[in-house]
Amino acid sequence: MGWLLLKDLQILRRSPLVVGLLIAYPVVLGVLIGFALSGDGSKPRVAFLNLVPDTEQFQIGGEDEGIDRGIARDELCSRVECVDVESRSEAERKVEDGDVIAALILPDDLLDELESLASLNPRQPTVEVLVNEDDPVKASLVDDRISALVTEANLILSRRISDEAATYLDLLIEGGVFDLPLIGEFDVLGLERSNAILSAVRSQLPTGSAGREALDRVIRFGRLAGENLDFALPLLGAVAEPISVDKTVVAGDSSELDTFAIAVAVTVTLMFVTVLLVAGSLALEREENAFSRITRGLVGKTGLLVEKVTLGIAASVAVTLLLLAALTMLVSIDWGRAPLILLAILAGGAGFAAFGAAIGSSAKEVRASSLLAFMVSLPIAFLSLVPSGTVSGGVYDAIEVFRALFPFDPALDAMEGALEEGGPDLLVALLHTAAIVAAYGALARLALRRFA
Amino acid sequence: MGGTSKDGAPVIEAQGLSKSFGEQRALHEVSFSARRGELLGVIGPNGAGKTTLLSILAGIREPDSGSLSVPGQIGWVPQLAGLYRRLTVVENLRLFAHLERVADVDAAIERMLDQTRLGERRDDRIGTLSGGNQQRVNIAIGLLAEPAVLLLDEPSTGLDPRQRERLWEFVLDLAGSGTTVIYSTHHLLEAERYGNRLLVLADGEAVFDGTSDQLHDAVGGSERDFEAAFVRYLRERGH
Ligand SMILES: Nc1ncnc2c1ncn2[C@@H]1O[C@H](COP(=O)(O)OP(=O)(O)O)[C@@H](O)[C@H]1O
Ligand SMILES: [Mg+2]
Repeated sequence: MGWLLLKDLQILRRSPLVVGLLIAYPVVLGVLIGFALSGDGSKPRVAFLNLVPDTEQFQIGGEDEGIDRGIARDELCSRVECVDVESRSEAERKVEDGDVIAALILPDDLLDELESLASLNPRQPTVEVLVNEDDPVKASLVDDRISALVTEANLILSRRISDEAATYLDLLIEGGVFDLPLIGEFDVLGLERSNAILSAVRSQLPTGSAGREALDRVIRFGRLAGENLDFALPLLGAVAEPISVDKTVVAGDSSELDTFAIAVAVTVTLMFVTVLLVAGSLALEREENAFSRITRGLVGKTGLLVEKVTLGIAASVAVTLLLLAALTMLVSIDWGRAPLILLAILAGGAGFAAFGAAIGSSAKEVRASSLLAFMVSLPIAFLSLVPSGTVSGGVYDAIEVFRALFPFDPALDAMEGALEEGGPDLLVALLHTAAIVAAYGALARLALRRFA
Repeated sequence: MGGTSKDGAPVIEAQGLSKSFGEQRALHEVSFSARRGELLGVIGPNGAGKTTLLSILAGIREPDSGSLSVPGQIGWVPQLAGLYRRLTVVENLRLFAHLERVADVDAAIERMLDQTRLGERRDDRIGTLSGGNQQRVNIAIGLLAEPAVLLLDEPSTGLDPRQRERLWEFVLDLAGSGTTVIYSTHHLLEAERYGNRLLVLADGEAVFDGTSDQLHDAVGGSERDFEAAFVRYLRERGH
C-alpha cells in the first residue's frame, strides 16, 4: 500500500497544473464563501410579541408621546422580517425550532416603566430578546439590528426625558408657572427668587443675631443648589440607555463571526481538495486500466480504498494547514488549540475522503468523477450553510436531516469546535464523522465490487 | 478435449466454469487444460466470453460455478495497457514488482528491460511511448514475477503489422522457454498462424479445442481459408 501511495504522490508531482488548480480553486472558493457569509445582507426572520395592553397610552410629563406600538413594530420590521406571535411560548418554540432567529418581546409593563423614567421614582424599562445562535452570522446580524432599534428608541426617550427634567429644573431654579393636570396652574417660586427674598429679609436682621446667621446658611445653600443643578442639566443628556435589553439564548451554540467564517472557508477547501483528489485518483486507476492489475494482487479492493483515503487525509492536512497559516495573517486563530484543529482536519479529511471514494468508485473516468464530485459537493455545502430562520420550520427540519447524511456538516462543526472554545461540541462532531466514514467507506467498497 | 502438444501434467486446468452478469450468460460450462510451454489461443467473436474466461483464470473475477487449478504465479496482461501514463517505464515496472512482491526488484526490472528491449526508453514516461512499446511494457509487467502461465487479452489490438510481428516473436520465444501462454484474439489469421492450439468460444460455450488443421477438417476441409472454415463451423453448431 505504501508503494501505491508513493505512486500517487509521484503522479501528483508530475501534474503541477492539476495540483495547482486542485488547491487554488478550492481555496479561493472556500475563502470567498466564508467571507461572503460575513457580509450577508438578507433580512432574518424575527418573532415579534407585544404584551403591552391596547388601551394604555404613553405619556411623559403630560405630553402624549409618539412612541406607540405601531411605530415600534414598524421600526423593527424595516430591519428584520417580522413574524407576529400571540404568546411567549409560541415565540420560544419558534426560536427553538429555528423558524425564526430571534424573538423580541415587549413586556406588558413596558409603558408604566417608561413613564416612570420621567417621575421621581424611575425604574428601568426592559425589552426581552430570545435568540437562537445556531448560526453566528445571522445571530450577530439580529443582535446588531435589535440593538440599533433599541439605541434609537433610547435616544428619543433620553432626549424627551432630559427635556422634561430640564423644565422641572428650570422651574426649580428660576421659578415660573407649572401646569398640573386636574389641579391647574400654580406659581413656583424658584431658588433664585427665594434667595432674593431671603437676602432682603436678612438685611433687616441685626448683625450678629442668631436669626441672621441661620438665614446666611440657608442663602448659601440656595446659591449652591442653584449652581449645581445648572451643572446637572448637561449630565441629564447622558442618560443614554433608559431601556435595557434582557437577552436569553434559547438554542444553538455560537461562535465568533470570524471563527465561523474561517471554519467555513477551511471546510469548503477541505471538502473540494479531498473529494476531488480521492474521487479523481480512484477513477484514474480505472481510466489507466490498472485497476484489475492492482486489485488482483496483494493490494485488494479494500486495500486500494484505504490507500486512497490515506492519500486524501494527507492532502487535506497539508492544504488546510497551509490555508490556516495564510489566514492567520488576516484573522486571529488560536494556535494554542492546534492539536484540536489537527484532529478536526483529520476527521473532516477522513469524512470527505470516504465520500470522495464513494464518488470515485462509481465513475469510470477522471473527468466524470470530477464532474460528479462537484455536482454533488457544492449543493451539499450550500445546504449545510442555510441558516435557520431563512426558511420555514418544516423545510429546515428536512435540510437538517439531509445534511446530517453528508460529511460537510460534521466537518464544519468539528472545525468550529476546534477553533473556538464556545463552538459546537467537538466530540459529537467527531463521532458523527466516524459514522460517515464507515457508511461511505462501505458504500465505496460495495461500488468497487461491480468493477474489475 | 485436452492438449496434445508438449509434455507432462497440465499447469493450468479448468472444469465447468460458468459466469453470468445478471441475465447475461458470459461463460457456460467451459473446461480445458494446458501444459508447460503450450501456446493456447482463445478465439471467438466479440462478446463470446474470452475476456471473462481470462479474468477468471487471472483471479480478477470469481466464477459462479466450476473448479480451477492454477499455478502460484500467473501473469496478467489486460487488453488495454494497465499502466500509469505519467510514470516512466522503470517506475511502472518498479511499482508492480513491489506489489507482486518480487524478491529482487532491481534484477527483475533489468531482466524485463532486457527481454523487451526497452532499455533505452527506461526513463521515458509511458504516455510518450508508441502503442507497440506501451504494449511491451504492459507484457513486461505481466512477466515480472516470472509466472508459469501468462495470460494475454487481445495483445495485438492497436498494433501495426510490424509491431504485431515482433510481439508474436516475443511470445513464441517465451513459450519456447517453457512459459505457458494463453491469449485471446478475434484475429483468426493470427490465431491460425501462431496458435499451436485453439479454444473456440461462442456465446460463452467452448465449441472446439484443437489445432487449426483439425478445425478445417471438421467442416470437410473444402473451405478456401481458415476464416471461412471457422464461420461455417460456428454456423453448423447454431452460433
Ligand atoms: N462487467 C460486465 N457486466 C455485465 N456484462 C458483462 C460484463 N463483462 C462482460 N459482460 C458480458 O459478458 C459477455 C462476454 O463478454 P467478454 O468476456 O468481454 O467477451 P469477449 O472478451 O469475448 O469480447 C458479453 O455479452 C458481455 O456483454
Ligand atoms: Mg474481450
